[in-house]
Amino acid sequence: MSYQMLVVLSFVLFVIGMIGVAMRRNLIIVLVSLELMLNAVNILFISASRYLHTLDGQIFVIMVITIAAAETAIALALVVKVFKMAGMVKIDDLKKLKW
Amino acid sequence: MELNIVRYILVFPLLGFLVNGFAGPRLGNKTVGLIAGGAVLLSLSLSVYVFFRLIALPADARLITDTVYTWIHSGSLTIDFKLMVDPLTSVMLLVVTGVGFLIHVYSIGYMHGDRSYPRFFAYLNLFMFAMLLLVLSSNIILMFVGWEGVGLCSYLLIGFWYEKDSAANAGKKAFITNRVGDYGFLLGVFLLASAFASKGILTLDFTTMAAHISLISPKILTVAGILLFVGATGKSAQLPLYVWLPDAMEGPTPVSALIHAATMVTAGVYMIARMNFLYVLAPTALEVVAVVGGLTALYAATIGLVQNDIKRVLAYSTISQLGYMFVGVGVGAFSAGIFHLMTHAFFKALLFLGAGSVIHALSGEQDMRKMGGLKNKIPVTHAVFLAAALAISGIPGLSGFFSKDSILSAAYASGHTFIWLLGFITALLTAFYIFRLIYMTFYGESRVEKHAAEHVHESPKVMTIPLIVLAVLSVFGGYIGVPQLLGSLIGWHHSDIFVNYLAPVFHTAPALPEMAVPTESLLMIGSIAMAILGVFAAWYVYLKSKMKTAQSAAGALPGVYRLLLNKYYVDEIYNAVIIRPMMLFSEVFLWKFFDVKIVDGAVNGSASLTQRASNRIRKIQTGDFQVYVMLFLIGVITVLAYFVLR
Repeated sequence: MSYQMLVVLSFVLFVIGMIGVAMRRNLIIVLVSLELMLNAVNILFISASRYLHTLDGQIFVIMVITIAAAETAIALALVVKVFKMAGMVKIDDLKKLKW
Repeated sequence: MELNIVRYILVFPLLGFLVNGFAGPRLGNKTVGLIAGGAVLLSLSLSVYVFFRLIALPADARLITDTVYTWIHSGSLTIDFKLMVDPLTSVMLLVVTGVGFLIHVYSIGYMHGDRSYPRFFAYLNLFMFAMLLLVLSSNIILMFVGWEGVGLCSYLLIGFWYEKDSAANAGKKAFITNRVGDYGFLLGVFLLASAFASKGILTLDFTTMAAHISLISPKILTVAGILLFVGATGKSAQLPLYVWLPDAMEGPTPVSALIHAATMVTAGVYMIARMNFLYVLAPTALEVVAVVGGLTALYAATIGLVQNDIKRVLAYSTISQLGYMFVGVGVGAFSAGIFHLMTHAFFKALLFLGAGSVIHALSGEQDMRKMGGLKNKIPVTHAVFLAAALAISGIPGLSGFFSKDSILSAAYASGHTFIWLLGFITALLTAFYIFRLIYMTFYGESRVEKHAAEHVHESPKVMTIPLIVLAVLSVFGGYIGVPQLLGSLIGWHHSDIFVNYLAPVFHTAPALPEMAVPTESLLMIGSIAMAILGVFAAWYVYLKSKMKTAQSAAGALPGVYRLLLNKYYVDEIYNAVIIRPMMLFSEVFLWKFFDVKIVDGAVNGSASLTQRASNRIRKIQTGDFQVYVMLFLIGVITVLAYFVLR
């Protein structure tokens, strides 16, 4: 697979994730879309790493995966808390933090 | 002659003020009194030293200067912090430090036990500093610093017992009334400064001004003279700005004696004498001075006839006597005015301190209707009071006679017959009201209230000794200015020492026309007759008929009596004409319109504008997470598009 194709793949995944974050109503799906965006970036890092023959990109990816794991854990915990409080995880009904 | 010691006359009282003001409460009252009195004593000794250095010089070269430093240096204008002693200054120096020292000593006894004892002496020393600066300054700007300084101290000391409402108000009244006068004074100074500057003279030194005064047009001089005199009416309590002085009696009695009788209130007279070179060329201004002085003398004396508060009688008497001084300088007899200033400082300080001693003896009673018969209970006070009263009445042989008579004869000789008549009638009233005070206080039967009567006692030595010294001065102080007419009788040539001593200062003043000996003698006998008549009338009305005559006179002329008792309703008129409209204007326009609508409106308006604008903008914050994400994405895409497509 050529590098261009990888970049395009990464871009397509990122946009899909972006649309998911912006459009979907379920908090869980929003989180999944967020992970998708992160991993799209990871693909870009890896491909750039190979293209440039350096290891920097791969090191970044390891870090991103670690942080993403932690972040997902916290986010899911929050989702559970939200569900316990509000009885649902519909994002457009969670509007208490306004003016 | 340059003499660098002159500045120390100022330094000691200033040091005394600083030490007592900052460390006073920690020093203990005894030390405070010692420092304050000592500082003035040092100034007094220096003044005496400078005086002797001065008279050692030849008569036409009597001028000692002391340039401390260049005070203002701006462009081509230079004003030095420069002190000057000429015969006029030296007289003022001796009077201020001499009487000031005696009053400091008296105060040590009088203020004994007051809880703000150190503050009192700090203010008193600050006053001495300001007053000495006023008389020592060699230019009109520096003089103005002293002029304002004494006004400040006057305010501080009138309101010394500030927890009393009436005292605080009296202080404010004095300060604000003086402010009106000082406004005129400042305008006069500005006018002079610009007039001299247009002739290329960029200094306001008295000697320089005197040398070049003829360059200025007489019209400007007249206006400047009148403006400066407005300042003098404020400071020296003349019509129409005299209203603060009677109220100033709320202050402690030594303050009334020092500031509101002997020294500060005479600053206006001193100023006019100092500016004599200007007034000589502005006869209209001088005429105004004389007329205002004459009217004030008579006006205040009539009010003094019926007042019942012992200090208020003396206050109106002071206003009246200041009127005499202005008559003196106003008719061109500057030395006579200053002579009366000096003798008045002696006997009026004595009258006030004596009144203080009476009040002290009666545990604070000031109403003469509750006095009487004190002669044998406080004999020293009675004796000195009598001496001062005889002096102020113009009984021959005492100081007041010589000075008052020289003013009256100068008024007559210079052709101001009307003003002379005012002064002549005032002489009668003066003798009457002062002896009314004596008879009501010291003679007749005692009307003292019971609780006060038990404690009647003579004042301690620290108070009576200054009284005795002042009494000696009041009696004999006049002999340095015996009119030539009387001097010749006993073969004493040049008996008019005082006038001759001051003559070099007033050399520009035209000599007064000589009077024929019979006329002058007749005038003198006339004023003696008036004085004796006044004393006798007071004796008859208040002692012989046991005040029945006074009551029947008041009953026969109820309108006049009430008019006088209420001081011609001047306070009420000022209240209605000036203060009320001003308050109304302030309330309706300045407060309720300008302050509330414009100032507050601008502040509150900008606040509510911000609030309304933010009310609109905050609607963007919907709380919907996905709206934020969309906005964020749009933002990112816009920025990216900008950089990519640029």
